[in-house]
Amino acid sequence: MKKTHIIILIFIAVAIAVLISFMGDLTTYDTVASARQKEGKFVHLIAKLDKSQPVEYDPITNPNYMRFVAVDTLGNSTPVIYHNAKPTDFEKSERLVLKGSMKDGTFECDEMLMKCPSKYKEDVEANKNNLSSN
Amino acid sequence: MNYIGEHLLPGQLGHFFIVLALVSALVATISYFKATNTRDLSDERSWKKLGRIAFGINAFSILSVFALLVYIMATHKFEYYYAWNHTSRDMNPEYLLAAFWEGQEGSFLLWSFWYVVIGLYFIARKTKWEAPIMSVIAIAQICLATMVMGLYIGDTMIGSNPFLLVREKFADAPVFARADYLNLPQMQDGQGLNQLLQNYWMVIHPPVLFLGFAASIIPFAYAIAGLWKKDYGTWTREALPYSLFAAGILGLGIMMGAAWAYESLTFGGYWAWDPVENASLVPWLILVAGVHTQVIFNATGHSLRTTYLFFILGFIMVVFSTFLTRSGVLGDSSVHSFTDLGMNTQLLLFLLIFTIPSLALYLVRYKQIPHIAREEETSSREFWMFIGSLVLFLSAMVITWQNSFNPIYNKITGQSTAAPEDVEFSYNKIQIFVAIVIGLLTAFAQYLKYKKSGNGWLKKFVLPTVITAAICVIYSLVSGLDYDKKGIGFQIAIYLAFVAAVYALVANAIYIWSGLNGKLKAAGGSITHIGFALSLVGILISASNRKVLSFNTTGINLKWDERSKEKPLENLTLIKGVPTDMGDYMATFVNADSTNSNGNISYYRIDMMRKDSAENFTLYPNLIRNTKGMEGFSNNPDSKHYWNRDIFSYITYAADMDNRDDTAQFKRYTVNVKDTVYYSNGFFTLNNVVPNPNNKKYQFQPTDTALMADITVFSKEGTRFTAQPVFYVEGNEARYIVDTVFAQNIAIAFSRVLENQKIELQVKESNRMVPFIALKVYEFPHINLLWAGIIIMTMGFGVSMVYRRKQGRLKAINKI
Repeated sequence: MKKTHIIILIFIAVAIAVLISFMGDLTTYDTVASARQKEGKFVHLIAKLDKSQPVEYDPITNPNYMRFVAVDTLGNSTPVIYHNAKPTDFEKSERLVLKGSMKDGTFECDEMLMKCPSKYKEDVEANKNNLSSN
Repeated sequence: MNYIGEHLLPGQLGHFFIVLALVSALVATISYFKATNTRDLSDERSWKKLGRIAFGINAFSILSVFALLVYIMATHKFEYYYAWNHTSRDMNPEYLLAAFWEGQEGSFLLWSFWYVVIGLYFIARKTKWEAPIMSVIAIAQICLATMVMGLYIGDTMIGSNPFLLVREKFADAPVFARADYLNLPQMQDGQGLNQLLQNYWMVIHPPVLFLGFAASIIPFAYAIAGLWKKDYGTWTREALPYSLFAAGILGLGIMMGAAWAYESLTFGGYWAWDPVENASLVPWLILVAGVHTQVIFNATGHSLRTTYLFFILGFIMVVFSTFLTRSGVLGDSSVHSFTDLGMNTQLLLFLLIFTIPSLALYLVRYKQIPHIAREEETSSREFWMFIGSLVLFLSAMVITWQNSFNPIYNKITGQSTAAPEDVEFSYNKIQIFVAIVIGLLTAFAQYLKYKKSGNGWLKKFVLPTVITAAICVIYSLVSGLDYDKKGIGFQIAIYLAFVAAVYALVANAIYIWSGLNGKLKAAGGSITHIGFALSLVGILISASNRKVLSFNTTGINLKWDERSKEKPLENLTLIKGVPTDMGDYMATFVNADSTNSNGNISYYRIDMMRKDSAENFTLYPNLIRNTKGMEGFSNNPDSKHYWNRDIFSYITYAADMDNRDDTAQFKRYTVNVKDTVYYSNGFFTLNNVVPNPNNKKYQFQPTDTALMADITVFSKEGTRFTAQPVFYVEGNEARYIVDTVFAQNIAIAFSRVLENQKIELQVKESNRMVPFIALKVYEFPHINLLWAGIIIMTMGFGVSMVYRRKQGRLKAINKI
């Protein structure tokens, strides 16, 4: 066997090991109910802002604390605490991907992705609404 | 219905040219195919001629489509959806091109435009490989033309037509019941270009990136041509300048995107391992691997099979990245992929049309591709270059897997796997080792000779080793790399990568003199390596030593959530006019008075003063009002650039962002001394009433008529504040001075003096008391090394290209 082949095999073995460890790090997308079952485990919670509940954010007192209620597509809701600044356009977000874990019935969010009708993605429907509403 | 005022001609012409582009690309493909396959010389000539004419028509059509679409956008023909959706009247004309490629259709056209340029170049070059190369490019042109086709076959949409009218797009919208709908206000202006894209980087980054994507077809086409004509080894010299060009331009394009992200996005950096970024990095890594095996083959005859594989996969990964970013499969995992246009099947076909035949051809011909059975010497340059290429390739494969496993796996199985908890680290912890290996190989491989090296190189390698050791030791003592968040193991890996990168930098710089006698023209490779190594050093330093300056440690009576202590408290609240302690600086939010000419960007003036040297500078992070009919704002960072660091700031919250009116009203209370009044977050007590106060705050004379209410506010959290509103008489008129407790958002006014020692207080609670912003400030040390490295790397590719081209010609002449 050539030494190049040996090296290739070693590299491939390393690459596979690396990928297996990557698979171990993968997390899941969850609903409120399934996140509750995995209390304390890091998940991606897909939900919406419950607009009927107030968003608590008072940057003068603490710019790194906000609390709101998120509701998922099944209708379950959970309070969420986010230790960071309130993202721009938060109230207008249509969907939230909340990264964090459930602790004592409250979702502790480390990071969130907002799906807004603006930013990078253009939302045809939003534009269409513009067309009709003006 | 006959609509009034529509300009339909440009759109009809445009669509005609799209169809013509498709048909002519088909004809060009067939002609060039025939020209490649025929053995008869005169046949070949006539097929080639036909192919050239057809490609010429294709080129003319694409240029016309391009021009017509620009015309429609520049002249505000808002009956066209593309103009209506991507431009507006107040948009700065210099961003017209940015608007052009904001949409999928425009970016496909841009791509097609580059194929036109490349195709015309190869027709003009009259290489013997013209027919097979042009066949490949013409097939790509067919695929791209169908992407902007906009035809329905049954219910299936083929491509998306950029000349679609708004009324066709939203056929059921009620406004189109009117013949004069164009006079309606909502049709008078477009939705505008996304504000984040209104940036000069967005004018130049996409064309450069797409030129890189497009150019990656050249080595691919040469490889296919070699397999097709069974002329396996003669194209590599001729093609080397083009593969260098593709790799150089693609790298530049990617990093221009990184510069844009750094400047106008608030990721807090230039690279976030976002799926879209990864998808463009992967073809670059494979192309670079291919360039190296190509050089090995040209010098020694080894590695031809790998060269074929890398160039074929390099282009396939370009098409794959197109599929990933445009089909919408990335969905939740990326912030900036395109939306699903309903063209997934078409995109998948595009991918398969290139993947299946090219890999099949490769496998069928694999045995025939010449290779040298004798193995490379361990002391040879080609052996280590090959190892390096292999590492780059595997790194690309690992990134591809991490990048596309979840969306594809979830799509197929219906599972819901998601990215790891710390996405960036999941890439970093692997790629840091790639950086170490690549850095070391880049450092010493050039010192080795092709075929076999004696021990002489070791002597030459002493100087770079000593210098590297000196630099690393000094840097570790002076500054060090300060990144221990991921444990000691990762920190050691960062140090090793730093050593390897410095090694590569120093060794390549010295090699220009010790190995090449200072001949810069021949030193393209070394220059490229220096640039790459310098970028690596810049990345390692700026990312490891990035400092958050805006830790919120102010004394504005902040109430901290207990659990928040372990979290990154990176947002500092600045109250207008109050200098606030920010690490080495005092930061003052001065005003938010200036705007751009359109009034949609507000600049927040932040004065920064260094505590130790009283050095001053001003930052203008800004908020941009969103276009596209969206309310709200996008935050846009501002940086102060030093030669050795950047101070990078952006606004995370501003009081006027919500633009709500202050609707809170004053409430009246009649109180006696020692009475208590409750408010939402606590209560306050009137201690006493002081006549003609004379203190720090007020300077009343004994002859004045003034009363000050001395009040203590007790918040729920137990903090106490003093409020001292004043009631006074001046010129027979009663006036009062409101006192505000900012931290509690209450304002208290002493409005009247009543009978029986009672006074009237008015209390207002509002969260709009005072202008303030929450600011995030980072320091990126030595980020300029990264940008300088990229520039040097691109120049190195250029030098190599020129040199290899000359070399290729000389060899060709020598052979004759």
